[in-house]
Amino acid sequence: MTTGPGGTISRVLIANRGEIALRIVRACRELGLESVVCCSDVDRDGLAARSADRAVCIGPGPATQSYLREDLVVQAALGTGCDAIHPGYGFLSESPRLAVLADDNGLVFVGPAANVMELAGDKLQARAEAARAGLPVLPGSGVQSAPEAREVADRIGYPVLVKAAGGGGGRGIKLVHDAEELSVLLGLARSEAGAAFGDERVYIERYIAAARHIEVQIAADEHGSFIHLGERDCSVQRRYQKVVEEAPAPSLAQATRDELRAAAVQFAEAIGYRNLGTVEFVLDAANQDFYFLEMNCRIQVEHPVTEAVTGCDLVAEQLRIAGGDALRVSQSQVRLAGHAVECRLTAEDARNGFAPSPGRISHFSIPAVPGLRVDTHCEDGAVVPPYYDSLLAKLIGHGPDRAAAIEILVEALEGTSIQGVSTNRDLLCRVLAHPDFAAGAVTTGWLEDALPELQKAVA
Amino acid sequence: MALSDEDVREILRIIDESELDELRIETEGFSLHVRRGGGAETMPSPAAPSMPVAPSTPAEPSPSTAQVSAPASPATPPPDDHDGKVTIESPMLGTFYRAEGPNQDPFVEIGTRVEPDTTVCIIEVMKMMNSVPAGVAGTIVEICHENAKLVEYGEPIFRVEPAG
Repeated sequence: MTTGPGGTISRVLIANRGEIALRIVRACRELGLESVVCCSDVDRDGLAARSADRAVCIGPGPATQSYLREDLVVQAALGTGCDAIHPGYGFLSESPRLAVLADDNGLVFVGPAANVMELAGDKLQARAEAARAGLPVLPGSGVQSAPEAREVADRIGYPVLVKAAGGGGGRGIKLVHDAEELSVLLGLARSEAGAAFGDERVYIERYIAAARHIEVQIAADEHGSFIHLGERDCSVQRRYQKVVEEAPAPSLAQATRDELRAAAVQFAEAIGYRNLGTVEFVLDAANQDFYFLEMNCRIQVEHPVTEAVTGCDLVAEQLRIAGGDALRVSQSQVRLAGHAVECRLTAEDARNGFAPSPGRISHFSIPAVPGLRVDTHCEDGAVVPPYYDSLLAKLIGHGPDRAAAIEILVEALEGTSIQGVSTNRDLLCRVLAHPDFAAGAVTTGWLEDALPELQKAVA
Repeated sequence: MALSDEDVREILRIIDESELDELRIETEGFSLHVRRGGGAETMPSPAAPSMPVAPSTPAEPSPSTAQVSAPASPATPPPDDHDGKVTIESPMLGTFYRAEGPNQDPFVEIGTRVEPDTTVCIIEVMKMMNSVPAGVAGTIVEICHENAKLVEYGEPIFRVEPAG
């Protein structure tokens, strides 16, 4: 058996599926670590399960009976002789309970400590902590009752966002335009938050009409070093879900860029963060003022754009840090080269309200284009199960500048052929070719606003 | 609260886009309960281990210190093999134990007659001992899994010659 990072990790249980499970298998291999993928029975024959040194079936398809069961994941790790658990993104990636259970059983959890995840996972507490650390936060506060909600909203001024304290990642957010709408949506927001996150608390925040989503990748080791790895712009979103991401953020004043990066490191230091994480900000497009949004305690879906411009293998870095290694680069050694853009190819029917389109992929091919990276678990004959998110592949173009990166993606998408399931390929092509996107710095509302036009072009 | 077609579509869309399997919404004079898939599943109640656990390679069961849960029911009726035998598959991932304790007799041996509710083994998940019923009447003809080893969800654990 090989001895990996820090001499403490040699076999890693990957508690995830799809492209990210495959991505982690690759990082393990890179570091000479063995990998065990735990999968549901519908993912048994998938590429991730086949690529790992071993696959363990932990339950049936529905995630609540497999990928969301901390006890099964830890049992699988123990039963297969793993010494670490990498949770990927989504599922249990930000579960303090998994971190505690892993720790109690002598397993390394690849991520920050449970109490840090708890703090960051509580969006209200994270807001307060950010304000204490000197970061700008949007006007707003938690609300207990309808009268209090009206009072807060009146003070901030409509429209406002009602957000779930236990939410995050774009989930549990409602836009409210006036007092009447607030009275209707507040109750719904609370019940939904209770059902989805087991936490009915909501808070109200000022809504910035023309906003950009900018996030900063940070890394922190167990020896007290904190660095940032630049920022990403993820403003092309539909229903708060990212569609296209890029690094570095385009059209940003250098001073703002520096402030954002410094603020992210400042927050990570303030909460004693360890391992890789992302501090998200909302940036007012009108004046480039920015505000702390939340911190994500996991590897992000869009991490490859940062990898492309920094040349750093972020997943390997997570494993190294978890194993006790010191960061291999100092802040001054972090250099950004070129520009990278990622788009998320999903099994969704763009012409039918973006309904998920599960099924068997009869044909799957993405052309090899210089400068293109493809992260995917899909292949001819692969099944897209109805239980999980609809991500098929991430295409990442890396070029000397933004236009070159976009050009790579356009060429790749135009040569992409997927049969058996509907995809958003055509829509992605239209987005990348749109003059607004080419100009840089679209806002988070842009895609929704442009959809009718883009849809018409597709049809 | 009057509900329009549009509202219903919107609610279904929200559920569709969420990771929820089930949603209950109750406000004044209005209650909605939607469940995905229409199956008999309810909200998950993961076995919650509350005690510190466990050696990393559990060699022997220690049910005396463990919580014992209700019998696990096989998720589906046991599959009928081509040769007329029935395979009992593991209803969950865990450690497979053929007996209640280290010095006790196995629940079943080859040749043991079983009824659907006869316990054939225990599967331990984080100190939760789950007894597994045969789910079928007949005679054990094969033991497919080694004692005290990790068994995966859906792995064959016994084969049974059905009665009659």
